Amino acid sequence: MAKYAIEVKDVSMKFNLSKEKVDSLKEYFIKFLKRQIKYNEFWALKHISFNVEKGDRVGVLGLNGAGKSTLLKVIAGVFKPTEGQVVRHGKIVPLLELGAGFDSQYTGRENIYLYSSVLGYSRSFVDSRFDDIVKFSELEEFIDVPIKNYSSGMKSRLGFSIATQVNPDILILDEVLSVGDAKFKKKSEAKIMGMFDSGVTVLFVSHSLAQVKRLCNKAIILEKVILWLPVT
Amino acid sequence: MTKYIEGFKKYRFLLRELVKKGIKLKYRRSYLGIIWTLLEPLLTMMVLTLVFSTFYGKNDRSFPVYVLTGRLLYSFFSQGTKTAMKSVRGHAAMIKKVYVPKYIYPLSSVIYNFIIFLISLIVLVGVSIVLGVYPNWWTLTAVLPLLILFLFTLGVGMILSTIAVFFRDTEYLWDVALMLIMYTCAIFYDPSRLMKTGTDWVFRLNPLYALIKCFRDAVYGASMFSEPYWFFMPLCVSIITVIIGFGLFKWKQDSFILHI
Repeated sequence: MAKYAIEVKDVSMKFNLSKEKVDSLKEYFIKFLKRQIKYNEFWALKHISFNVEKGDRVGVLGLNGAGKSTLLKVIAGVFKPTEGQVVRHGKIVPLLELGAGFDSQYTGRENIYLYSSVLGYSRSFVDSRFDDIVKFSELEEFIDVPIKNYSSGMKSRLGFSIATQVNPDILILDEVLSVGDAKFKKKSEAKIMGMFDSGVTVLFVSHSLAQVKRLCNKAIILEKVILWLPVT
Repeated sequence: MTKYIEGFKKYRFLLRELVKKGIKLKYRRSYLGIIWTLLEPLLTMMVLTLVFSTFYGKNDRSFPVYVLTGRLLYSFFSQGTKTAMKSVRGHAAMIKKVYVPKYIYPLSSVIYNFIIFLISLIVLVGVSIVLGVYPNWWTLTAVLPLLILFLFTLGVGMILSTIAVFFRDTEYLWDVALMLIMYTCAIFYDPSRLMKTGTDWVFRLNPLYALIKCFRDAVYGASMFSEPYWFFMPLCVSIITVIIGFGLFKWKQDSFILHI
């Protein structure tokens, strides 16, 4: 078994911020002929390398726009890095954008199946966990209502309940500990803490130093380069 | 290769869910629901028959079958390619947030349109029997052009969905192209007269027309292999289109996220 859960090897991520968006064929041809296609290159991440050991709980700190979310999305596999590569050992559960893939015309019940399939669960697994999901989200009454009629808190409760059904090896959190009302918040924190105790590797983005101190045993600051911080 | 098969297995459930979603949501807000799948081609068939039977010769009782075969295949092709084309942009929110293999989106669009199309074939069966076009053994070969049509639509859909990410114009251009394709598919006229005037290349180069012709032969209980060209041309074109479609998609898919 590998010692590391995540190996980030010299990862760079470039975005094209074109001044005017060229997305019509006519514009493209005219600009191409005039040789005017230019992009403002923007490197959100530049030569980032670090390793996360198995069982580490790493807090990721940094200013707005430092590339924290981009880094997590690269690790989760949503973005493919422009350069470098990420090696992951084990099953990743990214709690990044809860409910990505919900369809607003679908009912809660239908969305449980849809979102589960997006997360790569199998059908039999969802069947067996369906009642747990509904119970944890406390949406029994509304499960057959189209979720366009849900409040945003209800949606994230449902998303959280579905996403936390598996026991991951690597958990990626982007400030999702604040889901729903006070009561649900407590419950969701307890659930995540339960996962922490079972020894998963955690990557945790937060702006709250206190939270990072409480939850993590290591921390990095992302600011052009990676800085490891001692957590005490 | 095994990596792809495993990935496909893992996301089979997603594919299924997306196909289900497409079918379910298509008619969710209408009173007649899935019945529209049958009603819509039936009504268009009536209109086209009414308008064009005078051109075709009033005596042919089975003209509605002729119209319906062409119209059903064409409308699957146009719906399938159009929804596939829009599928990547339509799922932009999802693509930006979670990782799933992106070819799932155009693939599921084509599959769900294909299922709706297969359901709508019930109309054809009914109309054929009412108008005295009875099946025989050759009718079974109708499966072949349908399978080829699925491949062709998938290939074209993949190509269009890739291009549409980078150029929004594709959607409008394709509408115009579809119109051209429709008029060169002999949906509501008999091309045999045109064939003799030296414009037969219009039909010979149109794989969709060739597929409609093969399908019609089968429905009318004749062999589609009497002139092998009409069967093998669309077969080859479809296979090449699928290869190009998946190749192009795979080549460009990592930069989708920067453009949607």
